[in-house]
Amino acid sequence: MDLNLLTIESARIAVQERQITATALAEAFYQKIEREDPPIGAYLTLSRERALQQAARMDALADKGEPLPALGGVPVAIKDVMVTRGVRTTAGSKILENFVPPYDCTAVLRMEAAGAVVLGKTNCDEFAMGSSNENSAYFPVHNPRDLSRVPGGSSGGSAAAVAAGMAVAALGSDTGGSIRQPASLCGVVGLMGTYGRVSRYGLIAFASSLDHIGPLTRTVKDAALVLRTIAGRDPMDSTSAEVPVPDYLDAIERPVRGMKIGIPKEYFGEGLDPEVRAAVESAIQKLAELGCEVIDISLPHTEYAIPTYYVVATAEASSNLARYDGVRYGFRASAPRSLSDMYRRTRDQGFGAEVKRRIMLGTYALSAGYYDAYYLKAQKVRTLLTRDFEDAFKTVDAIVCPTSPTPAFKLGEKSDDPLAMYLNDIYTVTADLVGVPGISVPCGNTRSGVPIGLQILGKHFDEFTILQLAHAYEHARTADDAIATRQTT
Amino acid sequence: MKVTDKDVLYVADLANLELTAAERERMVRDLNSILDYIDRLNQLDTANVPPMAQTSDRFGVDEAKTGTARFAYAVRDDILEGLRKSLPHGEALQNAPDTDGTFFKVPKVIER
Repeated sequence: MDLNLLTIESARIAVQERQITATALAEAFYQKIEREDPPIGAYLTLSRERALQQAARMDALADKGEPLPALGGVPVAIKDVMVTRGVRTTAGSKILENFVPPYDCTAVLRMEAAGAVVLGKTNCDEFAMGSSNENSAYFPVHNPRDLSRVPGGSSGGSAAAVAAGMAVAALGSDTGGSIRQPASLCGVVGLMGTYGRVSRYGLIAFASSLDHIGPLTRTVKDAALVLRTIAGRDPMDSTSAEVPVPDYLDAIERPVRGMKIGIPKEYFGEGLDPEVRAAVESAIQKLAELGCEVIDISLPHTEYAIPTYYVVATAEASSNLARYDGVRYGFRASAPRSLSDMYRRTRDQGFGAEVKRRIMLGTYALSAGYYDAYYLKAQKVRTLLTRDFEDAFKTVDAIVCPTSPTPAFKLGEKSDDPLAMYLNDIYTVTADLVGVPGISVPCGNTRSGVPIGLQILGKHFDEFTILQLAHAYEHARTADDAIATRQTT
Repeated sequence: MKVTDKDVLYVADLANLELTAAERERMVRDLNSILDYIDRLNQLDTANVPPMAQTSDRFGVDEAKTGTARFAYAVRDDILEGLRKSLPHGEALQNAPDTDGTFFKVPKVIER
């Protein structure tokens, strides 16, 4: 069994039909992880005991000949920012190095209720702050497609695990692009639902008005399956929306002919890598061939998205990360002289450079005398960015653009220049600020063989349309490749 | 230069961060570079634009209602153990760096 080829459906059916037991499947993944993960670094912690208990439950069901739930026996990975009862959860930070949560994240519980087998917790940038995974306090993740390159971030471990066949699917989190950008850089599918579509309960908070949980998978259909599993109102998260969850699997069966897709000119300007541009333009051409109407649009405030994001996100982070004080859980500096000495040295020793930088920036933006100039100003521009999207969606059904301005870059290439790193998020942050859903789907490779991603953004709570478009595109591309191969052989 | 070493010391104090001299020097440089970039927000006239703190008060709420009634679904009765039982005492303490078995223990609060 080639683990790299498994989808959620094929893994579930293999277990259901007793081609392999869920237990043997989980063990096969653990062997692959042991063999192949060391140079990649996708996993921080393996949850073998929990996985094998769940696998045994699925095997008992399959033995009885009962139908398995949608993710029955499917090995998955969870980004280490989602708490798991009894399984160490670090958020990629030294400050939570020995933290064993006493409760479970809702999204993880919903995955397990649907039969998923949680193999372990994946590496990420510390507190999900980063675009390359080099900010993990443990070790960086390497891109499975080219080990000298970054996998993207912050859900780089989840993207790498799926890309390398060390999990069938994974959960990640997206605050400024952290699901879609690593999906793009690793050549997998990454889906962020509308803000409020998926409960954030048990997601270690970075910026609460921007944080989302969503899937990284090998196919669009798998992303639809996982979203259907984790979406929907959760009383434990008051910002989870009371909006009915449609059957996303139905979306992917529908033709896209006649759909209007908007191409924002601001997403094709300076800084866009020529190979990424060519791949995305050819993907748009493909959607046109499928009968989509391609419409040029403008999102005029795009250039203000990054500065807005880095004020809003850091302001919220500075408040959310105040809880790490060495009192109730996590690391505490040794031999403190006083309470305030303990707070300060605990946080200095426990947090990495990027986290401190963001706490400082956010605290500065919220401090007396600067609140109006920075935080309030950014909140107002957030309104303008939202109006851009509302105006665009008056004429188009979805927006199509690149996910990331460049393909995966080399480790160390940008790690010394925070601003250069922040500019990686230029095409992804706005969806988080505005709250609309987005998906990244592979759309080709560079000449050196590194993946490129196509981003499709939709209206609020209209994940249906972006899944429909992404699925149609994914299959049209596969069909093209098949036809091309046939002609050359 | 907008941010000086003195500003960094002041903000670090607000954020309860102890920064080394080397960290402070780097922080001055990084914050100035990022804030210079953020300053482009001032190119926009936002005098008549309302601020937006979140999206969840705009989408997915009951549009027919006003005020907090829009979020009626998010409201629950204020009762003991409203959504779930509280954690057992021992579990709530299990991750603490220091306890006496009943309370979290911290260094002396009153400094002299």
